[in-house]
Amino acid sequence: MNPKDINLPGYEIPEELKHVIAITALDRLYNWGRRSSVWPLMFGLACCAIEMIATQAARYDLARFGMEVMRPTPRQADLMIVAGTVTKKMVPAIVRLYNQMPEPKYVLAMGACASSGGPFKEGYNVVAGIDKFLPVDVYVPGCPPTPQALINGLILLQKKIDKESIKQVRWYRKGPDSVAIPIPVLGPDLIDTRRIPDIKAHTLSSTSKTDDQS
Amino acid sequence: MYGKGLLKGLSVTLSRFFYTYWDDLVWFWRRITKGKRRYYSPEGIAHRSSKEARGIFTVQYPEEKLPVPEEFRYLPFLVYDEGLDGTKEIRCTSCGICAKVCPPQCIWIVRSTDPATGRPRPQPAEFYIDADICMNCGLCAEFCPFDAIKMDHDYEMASYTRTLLNLDRLLKPASYYASIRPLNAAREEEARKAKLASKAAKAEAKAA
Amino acid sequence: MIAPDSTTTIDLVARFPSVVTPDTRPGYSGWIVDPAHLTEVATAIRNEFSYDLLSSVTGVDYYPDKMEVVYHAYRTTGGPALVFKVQIPRHNPVVPSVTPIWKGAELQEREAWDLLGIRFEGHPDLRRIFMWEGFAGHPLRKDWKEPFYEEDVKPFKSRWPEGKHLPAEMRTPLQDNLFFPPGFDPEAFSFQDPDQAAYEALRRQHRPTDEDGIQTDVIIINMGPQHPSTHGVFRAAVMLDGETIIGLKPIVGYLHRNHEKIGERNTFLQNMPYTDRLDYFNSMSNNFGYALAVEKLMGIPVAERAEYIRVIMAELSRIQNHLVWFGMMLNDLGAMYTPALYAFEERELILDIFEATAGSRMMCNYFRFGGVARDVSEDTLRKIHDLVHDRLPRKIDEMDRLLTENEVLVSRLKGIGYLSAEDAIRTSMTGPMLRASGVPYDIRRADPYSIYDRFEFDVACHPEGDMYARYQVRMDEVRESIKIIKQALKQIPQGPIMSVKPSYQIKVPPGEAYGRVEAPKGELGFYIVSNGQPNPWRYHVRAPSLINLTSLEMMCIGEKIADFVAILGAVDIVLGELDR
Repeated sequence: MNPKDINLPGYEIPEELKHVIAITALDRLYNWGRRSSVWPLMFGLACCAIEMIATQAARYDLARFGMEVMRPTPRQADLMIVAGTVTKKMVPAIVRLYNQMPEPKYVLAMGACASSGGPFKEGYNVVAGIDKFLPVDVYVPGCPPTPQALINGLILLQKKIDKESIKQVRWYRKGPDSVAIPIPVLGPDLIDTRRIPDIKAHTLSSTSKTDDQS
Repeated sequence: MYGKGLLKGLSVTLSRFFYTYWDDLVWFWRRITKGKRRYYSPEGIAHRSSKEARGIFTVQYPEEKLPVPEEFRYLPFLVYDEGLDGTKEIRCTSCGICAKVCPPQCIWIVRSTDPATGRPRPQPAEFYIDADICMNCGLCAEFCPFDAIKMDHDYEMASYTRTLLNLDRLLKPASYYASIRPLNAAREEEARKAKLASKAAKAEAKAA
Repeated sequence: MIAPDSTTTIDLVARFPSVVTPDTRPGYSGWIVDPAHLTEVATAIRNEFSYDLLSSVTGVDYYPDKMEVVYHAYRTTGGPALVFKVQIPRHNPVVPSVTPIWKGAELQEREAWDLLGIRFEGHPDLRRIFMWEGFAGHPLRKDWKEPFYEEDVKPFKSRWPEGKHLPAEMRTPLQDNLFFPPGFDPEAFSFQDPDQAAYEALRRQHRPTDEDGIQTDVIIINMGPQHPSTHGVFRAAVMLDGETIIGLKPIVGYLHRNHEKIGERNTFLQNMPYTDRLDYFNSMSNNFGYALAVEKLMGIPVAERAEYIRVIMAELSRIQNHLVWFGMMLNDLGAMYTPALYAFEERELILDIFEATAGSRMMCNYFRFGGVARDVSEDTLRKIHDLVHDRLPRKIDEMDRLLTENEVLVSRLKGIGYLSAEDAIRTSMTGPMLRASGVPYDIRRADPYSIYDRFEFDVACHPEGDMYARYQVRMDEVRESIKIIKQALKQIPQGPIMSVKPSYQIKVPPGEAYGRVEAPKGELGFYIVSNGQPNPWRYHVRAPSLINLTSLEMMCIGEKIADFVAILGAVDIVLGELDR
């Protein structure tokens, strides 16, 4: 770590001790450790996944950020790069994967599709953005984002990590934040179990009868 | 001999390993003799994306950025000409061709109307591009008859929220356009001038 | 180039006088077969007229009166298609299945059932394929509308001139892309695993055997949709006896993003960038196939220079695809990273060329009807020249040295995943898979399109039918592609790049067309029906990735579960095209 990154400003260190002593906050050290070893889940959905692989490969080399360790299992992953179109058929699996990831965990929506459905938004099998289910930390627009754009998003994620404080992070506290996201169910359409009252109110009311569906 | 294929393969990886350091030495020599640096310099990046590239292939983004070619397209932006007194003369006439041709229909345009007469004015009152729907296809720029909407080179767009581009964020000066696409801008400028000249000639002919 | 009329080669009416009638609608071709006699006619087409390769099966919804099932059959010896159709009433669309005749129809018939609700009688396993069991409705029917439905045809009127930004969510009652049938009660809904049907289909086929009185049980395991070796979101339910595979069902649709439904709303030009996202490794090949189909319908020529640019780009994308295949295949076998990293270096250099000409690394959107979007600069041509004359041959040789004789690789590939030539043809395999089974069928030769008849190249073909042959075919193909590009670079003329004036309003006369190209993964076909409107009435993609999966079970049975990963990898599927 670069000395000017680790030293807290405002503390005078005598010149002769500068190369042996550093004064820092626990937060900085903690965040530095975490931001430099964000392990993504080896998980690709569509076109963007190929750009994600290209980012991993020789020319862009995510290893420079400590992110080259793509874990095939969610249990060892810190970051879920949602790279591609999220379909209704796939979303139960994605939510399940997210639930299996240990805290701290981050979600990066890569590309237009993961952010809001993208060019396929109007499709009947497409979820209009993964943020309908998961809390997204960083959105990277583009279709697909070039590897450099993805790295730009990852740097933004690192900046976000830098701002967190060990006193306030949710994974050291008990509370509603660590509750698993309920897994949606495939019925006549995708049923988000958190929205059952809405759905019920809609389908059993008279307004839905006026829809011209076949 | 069993294992010959394996050894042959290993010789490839070994030579790759060797060339990484060999290339470093070559560049070290170049640096001494010609002052050319391997990293953080345009010639170094150009070398790493040329057919001669061997050894280290990585472009150290964000410290060094791979230059994008002129035709590169990311998200669209709107071009305005800078008036003499600093006013923004938006080229867009809100004709709506970009909104019509857009495949995922991510362009929203509100045409402005003259408050006095209530008739439509050739200028957009509001212009939205939903960056989270846009598929970067470039058809809007391709078919815009006024060279008003162009594809940007700026890919560093990541944010903590969804991105909706409005008129403020979309407008960029013509000088910026000329800086990212010099050849295209020059060609279009020439075509526009030729058109103006022919129009003037026609008007003159009519007057005469 | 417009293919010769597909029906002139044989006379079906003479063979089946009262059963077959020629299709006389303007712009259409082929024969209309009485559904009651379809099996008989299809058998004759295969056995007597030797149209052994059934390329495409798809349905068309001629709302409001009838439905049609369209078949395209080819001879593996080459030549144009035989098109035959079956017309059925819309309220009760039932067609006899041709799966017993051409097994390659299996997944395509399931697709037609899923999306159009056409029932195929006699199909061994007619389940939904892309959507899950229990989904309400058949989405490609013209009267079925999705929750975010706005208008029948693009452009939508809400975008201009009063285009206040309004996300689609704001227009729908549930603020989401959801539709539930009226009266549906989510609390009373009892969830049934939609995958049970697949497991039952597996169990129906394979009953546990009691050998020597020992009761052995079988297990079903799922691979995917999140599995590092499935190249995306493919899933297979594999039935195992110990470690040996005894049954396998692909479960797909995890990336079904409604390409065809959206495509029928888009104008013809607007579909071009969407085709990029089919096989996202090879947007150039996808553009090529779609452009061919629409140009055939419009009856316009292609500018000479553009033809060469198209060929160069398509072949570059083939090289790049096969390079990635080498890397990914080795990844699947356990040689993580090294070959993949080497392959991606060369791929980056090819993508640089795409970026410089088309503007984007992957989603090129480069072809236009009658030509290409923009010219290739001299500088780029020189770069391509450098690549194919210097760098790529060198690097392919290096790849060859790295892998081809590697004993571990050979022992993992040789003799595994065997597919005989007959089976390959019967299951409608195309592309490198078919050629690795010893059938030298390459559309660039068998039914040349564009200007491929001007180039000298060999059709890569290996008769062994195992995975090693598939590897070798691809290695040879890369070299042949380099050869083609070298010739094209020599011959490329100066001149315009569009034969017609570029326009976003494209007039396409009514009719049907089937354009197909030899994509790196196999035969990529686009079946388009136009009714003279700005948007296609029917837009169907014959996806090689999907149809090449028909024989997956055949190749896997008897192999170990560890080899399944490699066998799947050798098929070279890409999910964007498979699920569309």
